[in-house]
Parts: sequence; C-alpha cells; structure tokens
Amino acid sequence: MINVSKLKKGIIIDHIESGHGFEIFKALHLNDIDDVVVLLKKIPSKKMGQKDLIKIETDMEINMNVLGLIDPNVTINFVKDGEMVKKIKLSLPKVVKGIMTCKNPRCITQYEEIKDIKFYLVNEETRQYRCEYCDAYTTFIEAD
Amino acid sequence: MLKGRHLIEPGDFEIDEIESIMQLADKIIANPEDYSMVCKGKLLASLFYEPSTRTRFSFEAAMLRLGGQLIGFDDPNTSSVSKGESLGDTIKTIGCYADIAVIRHPREGTAKLVSQYADEMPIINAGDGGHEHPTQTLTDILTIRNYKGGCNNHVVGVCGDLLFGRTIHSLVKTLNRYENIRFVFISPKELKMPEHILTYLSPDCYTETNNLDEVIGDLDILYMSRVQRERFVNEEEYLRLKNYYILDKKKMKKAKQDMIVMHPLPRVNEIAQEVDDDSRAVYFKQAKMGMYVRMALIAKLLGVEDKND
Repeated sequence: MINVSKLKKGIIIDHIESGHGFEIFKALHLNDIDDVVVLLKKIPSKKMGQKDLIKIETDMEINMNVLGLIDPNVTINFVKDGEMVKKIKLSLPKVVKGIMTCKNPRCITQYEEIKDIKFYLVNEETRQYRCEYCDAYTTFIEAD
Repeated sequence: MLKGRHLIEPGDFEIDEIESIMQLADKIIANPEDYSMVCKGKLLASLFYEPSTRTRFSFEAAMLRLGGQLIGFDDPNTSSVSKGESLGDTIKTIGCYADIAVIRHPREGTAKLVSQYADEMPIINAGDGGHEHPTQTLTDILTIRNYKGGCNNHVVGVCGDLLFGRTIHSLVKTLNRYENIRFVFISPKELKMPEHILTYLSPDCYTETNNLDEVIGDLDILYMSRVQRERFVNEEEYLRLKNYYILDKKKMKKAKQDMIVMHPLPRVNEIAQEVDDDSRAVYFKQAKMGMYVRMALIAKLLGVEDKND
C-alpha cells in the first residue's frame, strides 16, 4: 500500500467508484493547476471493494455539477489546518449548464456555436438528461 | 395574452390559450372579410431552410389574407446563410425589419435557439427536423373540434412513422392535455413512438401495436402519417418500411361510421386514393383548417385580433 501524507488544507474526493478517478481528474482540469494533486487508483475498500481517491492541496472551488455527473456517490471532504471542516455527499444536479453536449446528430447544437446549453435531469437511475433544444435524452459519460 | 409570445412547441401555450386561438379561427372562418385588413402594415418573415410547399403557402396565404405582407426565402442558398452567417445574426437582422417570423429548419431545436435571439419579434416554429411542428398541431386540433365536436373523450389511433413524425409528437403531447383521451400507437417496431414522448403519457392511456386491422374498429380518430424518406440514413430501410400500412376501402369497412381519417399531408401510399371519396376522410379539409388557424395565430401573436371589434 502506498502512503500519501496527511493533507493540511484542501479537498479530498473520496469514495470514487474504481475507474472514475481519472475521469474526475480530467473533468476538473487538475492537470492545469499548480497545486499538489494526488490520484490514487484501486484502493482496497471494505464498502466498495475498490475505490479511487483524489487529494488536492488547494483553495480552489470545485464544480459540483461535474462531480455529480460523473459519480454522484463520491464524498467531498474539505480540510483546513489538517482537520476535516466539512463533508458533503453529492447527488445528480437537476439542471446542468455548459458541461454536457447533446448526442443527437440532428440537434442544432451540433451545428451552431451555443454557450451554456442546459440539460434537465429526467431519470436519476439511468442518469439521463434532456437537451433544452431538441429534447433528446443523453448522459454525461455517453455524450463525451 | 398571446401578444409577443413565441410558439416553439404546443406546450408553450396553455389549453385555454389554444382554445382562444380556435375561437378566433372559428370567427375568421365565419366572417373572413372582417379580418382581411387586421395585419395591414405588418410584415411576416418567412424563413424556410428546407423545402416545404404546404406549410409555407399556408403561412403566406394566412398573412396575405390578413392584409399583411411578406419577406423571406425558401432556399437558404439565396440568403446570407450561404456565406456562413450564424442563425443568431440572421435573426437579429431580420428582427430589425419584420414584425413576426416563421421558421422551418432541418435541425432539431432550431426554433428554440432562434427565439432566444428575437427579443421583440414573435417566432413561430414551422417544423424543426423530426422534433416539433406546433402549427400542424393547431390545425389538427381545429379539425378535430370541427369534425368531432371537441377534443375530449376520444380513442385516437396514430399510425405509421411514430419515430420521426414530428406532427405526431406535437399532437400526442397536446391531445394528452385534454380529458379522457386514449391513444393507440400503430407502427412497425423500427418506427415506434420514442421514449421522450411516452414519458409524457400515463402508461394506462396508451397501447402499442403493429396491426392496424385489429384496432381500427375501436378508433374515433385515425391519424395516418407518411414514412419520411428524408429522415432515413439507410435507403433500404426506408424502402422496406414505406408501404407497411396502406389504408384502403377494405380496412375502412371495419372502422366506425363516425371515425375520421386525418393526415398532415403530403401523402404517398399510406392512404389509397379510393378512400378520398369516403366522407370520413377529412385530410384535405384539414389543410384548409391549417390556413385559418395560422391566420388566428398570427393575429393573436401580433395582438391585432380585436382591431375590428
């Protein structure tokens, strides 16, 4: 088991479904920030069997929408002065703006440059969202 | 109050607002001369990005019969679109000239996008790909009102291409807002009603089948539709499915005496010509209703319907 030192300040994204850690790493653009970032894959977990985990030593704000879309079951721990100060669980956002793309090849969003396209949650179980323009259903992972 | 509003999908209007359009259409049918100048000095932009004769003529005839005038195109290659102009820029410019715009476009969601660029100019969706066609729905509603005495308490058979049929999607969502409507969806499995329409409906208000013969006797309204070649990527698939249903005299014998047959037109083979003489076939009368209902809609959105009162 690899040991990573305790975080003094920042964010720990825990209980990431094994395999989703790198998706989250990419979606949060963690490669672009100057702070220390650790991505741990396939950590043995009693509850989950295996899980991924990300530690970010930073003050940056997290886009919860992205995290909720990729893996709504993750836990986010906020750490300050070496202590956990806040812990939140995510759920799927009802409305997503500017993150998803429509998978319908006949949708106008495929042809015109449109900023901040809205998608509305229609089914929590299947994680399906409805495009505000063409009403086609899509999911975050499938769309990208 | 419908003045200044957009019509992108039938759900944009409440049922009582749709009813107010129908009542105005009834008045126009009764006394068309009373409305022949209500749009004098008004300009309708007719923006057809894909071929259409019926819908375009219907809108243009409607505006002219209200005393208004027209600008526009029916071939995007003759407009600035061919120079690569965005839809947003086109609409902002047209908004400087016209009082109201009608748009048809092959891409789904276009009318909604365009309405976001039109601050003061009402936008009417005249069909956006396989998505919505709300003025056909208004036409259908006016037809059902006229030939069935109202829109409540009917068994409605919808037959043909239910997957790509935008007129059908719009109609089903709208009729579902009336009381005691039961749908029978009749299609080959490849052209079934899509999930995003079925989710609007309660599971006990519709059944699905691929056999028209078996269900035609139960129907109060039979809405036929064309299998649309332009929606298919695979020509072989189109050829296989295009003549799946043909409504003929033999099938009509099994139908109720007061059932009506509707069709958004154009028809190809799905209704045999021998059915045209049947008094239950109302599809050509339906086309005329389309012009009247568009007259009422334009007058409502421009807020000129009471000019003569």
